[in-house]
Amino acid sequence: MSATTRHIRYVLAENPVTALAFAGFALLIILALIGPDIVPFDPLASATDNALHPPTWTHPFGTDHLGRDILSRVVVATRIDMQISIAAVALSFVFGSTLGLVGGWYGGAIDRAVGRLVDTIMAFPLFVLAMGIVAALGNSVANIVYATAIINLPFYARMARTETSARREAGFVEAARLSGNGDGRILLFHLFPNILPPMMVQISLNLGYAILNAAGLSFIGLGVRPPTPEWGIMVAEGANYIVSGEWWVALFPGTVLMLAVFCFNLLGDGLRDIVDPRRRT
Amino acid sequence: MTALLDVAGLCRRFPVGKRTLHAVDGVSFDIAPGEAVGLVGESGCGKSTLVRMLTRVLDPSEGSIHFDGREIGQSPAARFTRTPERALIQMVFQDPTDSLNPRFTAFDCIADPLLRLKGPWTRDSLAARVHELAGMVGLPVPLLGRFPHQLSGGQKARVGIARALGPEPRLLILDEPTSALDVSVQAVVLRMLDELRHRLGVSYLFVSHDLNVVRLLCDRVMVMYLGKLVETGTVAEVFDHAAHPYTRALLSAIPGLDGTLGERVRLTGEPRSPIDPSPNACRFHGRCPIGEDRCAEHMPVPQDLGGRHRVACHLAGGTP
Amino acid sequence: MSALLEIDNLSLDFRTRGGTIRALEQVSLSVAAGETVGVVGESGSGKSVLSFAVMGISDAAARITAGHVRFEGRELHAADLAKLRGAEMAMIFQNPRVALNPIRAVGKQIEDVLRRHAGVNGTEARHRAVEMLSKVRIPDPERRAAAYPFEMSGGMCQRVMIALALACSPKLLIADEPTTGLDVTTQAAIMDLIGDLARETGMSTILITHDLGLAAQRCDRIAVMHAGHLVEVAATSDLFDRPAHPYTRKLIATTPRPSVGLADLEPIPGSLPDLRGVLPPCRYSQRCERYEAICETTPLPRVDVGSAHVVHCARPL
Repeated sequence: MSATTRHIRYVLAENPVTALAFAGFALLIILALIGPDIVPFDPLASATDNALHPPTWTHPFGTDHLGRDILSRVVVATRIDMQISIAAVALSFVFGSTLGLVGGWYGGAIDRAVGRLVDTIMAFPLFVLAMGIVAALGNSVANIVYATAIINLPFYARMARTETSARREAGFVEAARLSGNGDGRILLFHLFPNILPPMMVQISLNLGYAILNAAGLSFIGLGVRPPTPEWGIMVAEGANYIVSGEWWVALFPGTVLMLAVFCFNLLGDGLRDIVDPRRRT
Repeated sequence: MTALLDVAGLCRRFPVGKRTLHAVDGVSFDIAPGEAVGLVGESGCGKSTLVRMLTRVLDPSEGSIHFDGREIGQSPAARFTRTPERALIQMVFQDPTDSLNPRFTAFDCIADPLLRLKGPWTRDSLAARVHELAGMVGLPVPLLGRFPHQLSGGQKARVGIARALGPEPRLLILDEPTSALDVSVQAVVLRMLDELRHRLGVSYLFVSHDLNVVRLLCDRVMVMYLGKLVETGTVAEVFDHAAHPYTRALLSAIPGLDGTLGERVRLTGEPRSPIDPSPNACRFHGRCPIGEDRCAEHMPVPQDLGGRHRVACHLAGGTP
Repeated sequence: MSALLEIDNLSLDFRTRGGTIRALEQVSLSVAAGETVGVVGESGSGKSVLSFAVMGISDAAARITAGHVRFEGRELHAADLAKLRGAEMAMIFQNPRVALNPIRAVGKQIEDVLRRHAGVNGTEARHRAVEMLSKVRIPDPERRAAAYPFEMSGGMCQRVMIALALACSPKLLIADEPTTGLDVTTQAAIMDLIGDLARETGMSTILITHDLGLAAQRCDRIAVMHAGHLVEVAATSDLFDRPAHPYTRKLIATTPRPSVGLADLEPIPGSLPDLRGVLPPCRYSQRCERYEAICETTPLPRVDVGSAHVVHCARPL
């Protein structure tokens, strides 16, 4: 067993909650991958005579207003929600950290320019930005991903910038220079691995936000549209029925959404512990 | 024999608002191949700036640096990385904890300059060279897989030394390499450094404020104060026949094991400011226990006192 | 004569997840009024742990498992310590800039101490603060009182810390590596200052340092520590003329000084034992060139080898 595997096992054993979060994340990934193949009912098949039935053994989560099985829809929705959030966070992370690294390293005018850009982005509320992009480029899932990515970019840029400028004067950076590393190599191979641990927590928190963002946007009709199952849409559709007593239509998708975000949040600490070598004994 | 390092009139100035800070002001010296030269001075004397110019991470404002006959001070620091001299001038840092990348194992730390400056390597040849270096500094091979926080202070210091020796430098600058170490480990490291110097023929520039250690390891010593070299000479000349009042004050302040509070040369007042200093007044004037009017009117220039002993003081050799 | 401070057979453990660290074992040391006692040792010797225990500022995981600390004859408990700290017992630390509050002007920090322990307020506190600053030889004290730590050099910050410590004229000052990291000339000036102020007020000082030369120069008596044990205590001249413990002798031999060359420095073999495991009665035994079977006797004997010269060794030199 390599040192890394041993360390991962140690972290998980130390912290059962982290282990639980990892298990939850694993489950979400599995459902995203094979969900559509294992669901009992076709998520798109409507059967209006079966509409709005409360949870039963056949339909553990009940049926919605078009008679579709909510459980199947919730499971299938996992794939698209995960896709959106992972894609958005990945884009955010890559571009945000690059901007932050560059700004933090070079300082001066470059840093100020990055700072202005980040400030501008932060001034936009997500919905305004998303609507703007949709209005300009059309209502598609890809555009929603871009909007979410842009909105979350400042978190990474600022964190990367702070961590980089804090370490810029460190001995090991000067040592790297004396060892023949140019600026690019220092940023990528010497500094970046060191700023990664705090960014890990940020990534996982962002995954949670990204899902909420996607859900929120589809709630108002941007991005994913019916009949595609997505947790946000399902909550939106279900919201209409709460007052009339059909609580299950909104509750189950909402709960799963909440658990997914919860998982991601807990994941961050565990990931950081794994990635940061200082926590290795 | 030509000097390995020949520094002439080296200056470095930093703008501070509308004024200028003279961190290094007209420093000239040379280091012969295989020689160990100590550089002593207190905080604010400019030795860190001088060192950074010599390792070429900083550009001089004025003056020349000749390494093995070639001028290296003119091309900008950014380009120095790609010249062959990069491998020939290396440094051992003061704080072993700060100077090792926390994400690199000891092996990675030592291998990095080898990969960047020497080569080509195969996996085996690289490992062989890293093991060879570890052996040279007395670092047990099993420790190579550890991260810095899993190593003791002495072990980290050895990693730093092995890393610096990897590219086969001809000049090694050691910045207080043992100040963070316990006395018992220090002795071992100092002996190792001495032995390595004689075996590999590397020159040392040993920067330290611990004069006892400098005396042990170095052939010659230079004393720096507020950007200028105030006294240089062999260790015997400077330590036993200190001519500059600052050197005397420094020597008298070292606590000796004989327990006596010897003849202390006490310095009064605050050091002069290195910002926009007067070009006519001796930098030490005002804090110096001795002094005359001419000390404020003419900047003292280095004068020969015989042998390799030079001092920049109008009252050189005068009793405090 | 009753000592000002008496550490009597003190043992202290740290409870950690990785095991119990036996940081101090049966340490006994007394400090008389007006004297300067040095505690020397390398990193991991327990010298700082000892001082924190005396001041009552040990880590939360620390437990005193045996022994007592007595100040002016009475035993110290947590409640007493809070009152005594700052007023009768004071401490200064290594790295002064870190030990001062970075966002509070230095004058105000001194006023805080005066307010807390001497009950002075308002303008009187301000005047006393400026007075303290001039006492520690900070030039232009009126103006400097408004300065922040980051605006001052390391040496000046250390002087401010001394001012803080001495504001209420304590009877005991513990100085934990007060000059490490400072220039040699600054170090000399700071130590002169502490010495002069101590002589003025009859204050006792405990100087904790790894620098044997510094202890030799400034202390009346020196206690040598190794791995949580006090191995030898003696008057300064006795310690250097006739060291009785092999570790003391080695420590002296390995310290660079003018009269010896590189080849004469004797490194100390081995390393500190793991303080968590099972430990032999003498914690130096694994590194000692004089080790023999008799060294395993428990308890480790305490031998008087001269006037006020004590060594804890089965085979003293």
